[in-house]
Amino acid sequence: MSKVEVKESARGLAFPYRIKFEDRVENPPRWLSPLLSIVAVVIALLLGALVIKIAGGQPWAVYNHIAKYSFGSLGVISDTMVKATPLILVGLACSIAFRMKLWNIGAEGQFFLGAFGASMVVLLPVLPEDAPKWLFISTMAVFGMLFGALWGFIPGLLKARYNVNEIISTLMMNYIAIEWNNYFIYAVWTDKGFQMSRMFQRNAWLPRLSDFAKRWKVFSGLTTHMGLLFAIGAAIILWFILAKTQWGYEIRLIGDNPRAAEYAGVKIGRNIVLVMMVSGALAGLAGMSEISGVVHRLQGAISPGYGYTGIIIAWLAKLNPLAVILASILFGALILAGREVQPSGIPTLIQGVIMVSLIASDFFLRKRVRVIRRVEE
Amino acid sequence: MKKKSLWLAISLMLIAAFVFTACQPAPATEAPKEGETVSEEAAPAEEEQAAPAEEGGLQIPEIEDGKFNVAFVMLSTHDDGGWSQAQYDGMNYLQENVDGVHTAYVESVAEGADSEQVFRALSRKGFDLIFGGSFGYMDSMEVVAEEFPDIGYIHISGYKSNTTNFGNMFGEMEVMKYMAGMIAGSRAKADGETIIGGMATFPIPEEFRLFNAYALGIQKTCPECTLDIRWINTWHDPIIEREAADSLFDAGAHVVMTGADTPASALAAADREGVYGITYDWSGSCTVPECLTAPYWNWGPVFTEITEEVMAGTYEYGWQYFDASTGGVGLYGFMEGQEMQPGVASLPEEDLQLVKDTMAAALAGEFNRFDVFAGPIIDNQGNVVVPEGERMTQGDIDQFAPPLGEATYGMYWWNQNITAELPDL
Repeated sequence: MSKVEVKESARGLAFPYRIKFEDRVENPPRWLSPLLSIVAVVIALLLGALVIKIAGGQPWAVYNHIAKYSFGSLGVISDTMVKATPLILVGLACSIAFRMKLWNIGAEGQFFLGAFGASMVVLLPVLPEDAPKWLFISTMAVFGMLFGALWGFIPGLLKARYNVNEIISTLMMNYIAIEWNNYFIYAVWTDKGFQMSRMFQRNAWLPRLSDFAKRWKVFSGLTTHMGLLFAIGAAIILWFILAKTQWGYEIRLIGDNPRAAEYAGVKIGRNIVLVMMVSGALAGLAGMSEISGVVHRLQGAISPGYGYTGIIIAWLAKLNPLAVILASILFGALILAGREVQPSGIPTLIQGVIMVSLIASDFFLRKRVRVIRRVEE
Repeated sequence: MKKKSLWLAISLMLIAAFVFTACQPAPATEAPKEGETVSEEAAPAEEEQAAPAEEGGLQIPEIEDGKFNVAFVMLSTHDDGGWSQAQYDGMNYLQENVDGVHTAYVESVAEGADSEQVFRALSRKGFDLIFGGSFGYMDSMEVVAEEFPDIGYIHISGYKSNTTNFGNMFGEMEVMKYMAGMIAGSRAKADGETIIGGMATFPIPEEFRLFNAYALGIQKTCPECTLDIRWINTWHDPIIEREAADSLFDAGAHVVMTGADTPASALAAADREGVYGITYDWSGSCTVPECLTAPYWNWGPVFTEITEEVMAGTYEYGWQYFDASTGGVGLYGFMEGQEMQPGVASLPEEDLQLVKDTMAAALAGEFNRFDVFAGPIIDNQGNVVVPEGERMTQGDIDQFAPPLGEATYGMYWWNQNITAELPDL
């Protein structure tokens, strides 16, 4: 309403308002950051609607459909959770590293190494084939985390000792990890000449809800697996560490002001290595949970870029471990329901637009927008 | 002041949002943006709550009540110019040729973790028959088929079946590749060259089968020619495929055939002088004059036949392997209504006659894969693979060696004119 009036009165004259961006001197209010995230997602969806419209679809119907097929029934909620599980873990992996301003782009590689470590337990084999299920699962989880941590340790050490740029080293190590896995599925653990390992025996599978369908009928066809518990547990532990412990304080301090941390006697190098290892272990656990909960064998196409999506999720959650769960569910739904729209380029595009809007929205955290009347000047 | 300006900005955004979305609920009356969408957009108004089936370029895979609903899950995009596009064409053929059928597709579905959810989602929606178009969907389809015993699942191409509602299906592409080999050999001989190239995807039995068939065809028209093979470890990657094609041409190859999706082999040839490419998968992939031919999949009749049988309840789920005589495979330039590419039309008459005769025999059901893989076959180590007078069986053609059941010879060998090493498995 007021906007119209402004325009009316401005007729004939120069537009009397001017928008000015100023640096924020003080910290932005607490509510601004989450609000901006939400606004960014809304704007992204609106841009997406425009694309759908141009492509010849009906945005409203499409979004309705997306909502229905990501949260509309028990079955699809379960599917959304399955997608969210690895995303939560890689999102956490990125969050803790980013909290210290360690740019671990290597969650993808750590994911693959975690999957490799977990598969090793079955395929090497580390455990006899008829070992009990709990032993298999716990050993696989430990191996997955160990191998993921190893893949975080190397760039961490390089960074701490020689100040090697971790963005480059972790990114490059992703390729090594994928090829490392390829070597094993092509040459060592190949199944009858096909590029994948044999299927794991049942006692190496994470329990799924559908396993209990005999006792509770509602669970039939639900593939949500125990990895979700790992993920949520990890989120709570990580939140506790970051918010409540001395170590968490050190991590945040290094992230916000490394010089102050150094003066305060925080061992930065040691923390870099440790945080990279924790980050790697989380991504490794994601790999393990995906291998043991969903795919049930080691093969090439186990990640549609989870490690990279984790970066977006960490950013969307503003590095808050509990918010990572929500952001992952949103992205899980988007990935899942995005498939409802064909051809597949459009949902992918919407995800990209969300990412760009989010990053762009950070601008408003650093700058203040002021609308200034020209007459005032 | 500061707060005010912020709220102003946000409220402006919200106003924009409402203005924008306000137009949405009744878009059916708006003029469609592209001419091609007119007919399909004309009537979607009453369908709106039931989810719009197809509008313009956009579709949501949903069932239509009262129809026999068939879904297709594709590895790559529906317009990839290769494997998936051939399936997409087949889907459209099915839609047009069978009454009471409704088709839908889901594209770019990664193998492995992702695919199980897609198959389950389509099953929950109530599709009656679901085709999965890539090797890596095998496990997912097997699992989902168990949960939905009333839905049919056809997998292209793997080695599993539950014989009740999950079956495996593939066809006799090797016969077309064999003839493509004849053409490549003839072209090389006519131009005084001896090296021919092949871009193989993954070291699985299918690739050995197709390239051995190709090599046997080459041997037919050009006994002194050799075949060099490069592994590219991808089904669809335009850049890697292009690099592999270039490297083969650099190594002196006169004709390069691809086992992957894109027409990289022909496009690379087009950028050079006097060399040729052979594309694969899709009948529309052989476009440039430097393309000799394309062994391609013609899924339409195959999908139609299977769907009709499933509708009638007579389809037997198992290991279906269709012959060239069904018309499910083709060789571009040699099928009805097609013209030979310039690089083929100028070949010696006796070689062309050989290809035409073989094609006629194949279409008549008198020449098939067992004739391609008939002894004597000698591998590139000098060992006899199949002795004179013997033939391979389906078991040999499907797999490397004994572990998978009945196989005497298996497919783990390279024909004598292949210069590449046998990869370690």
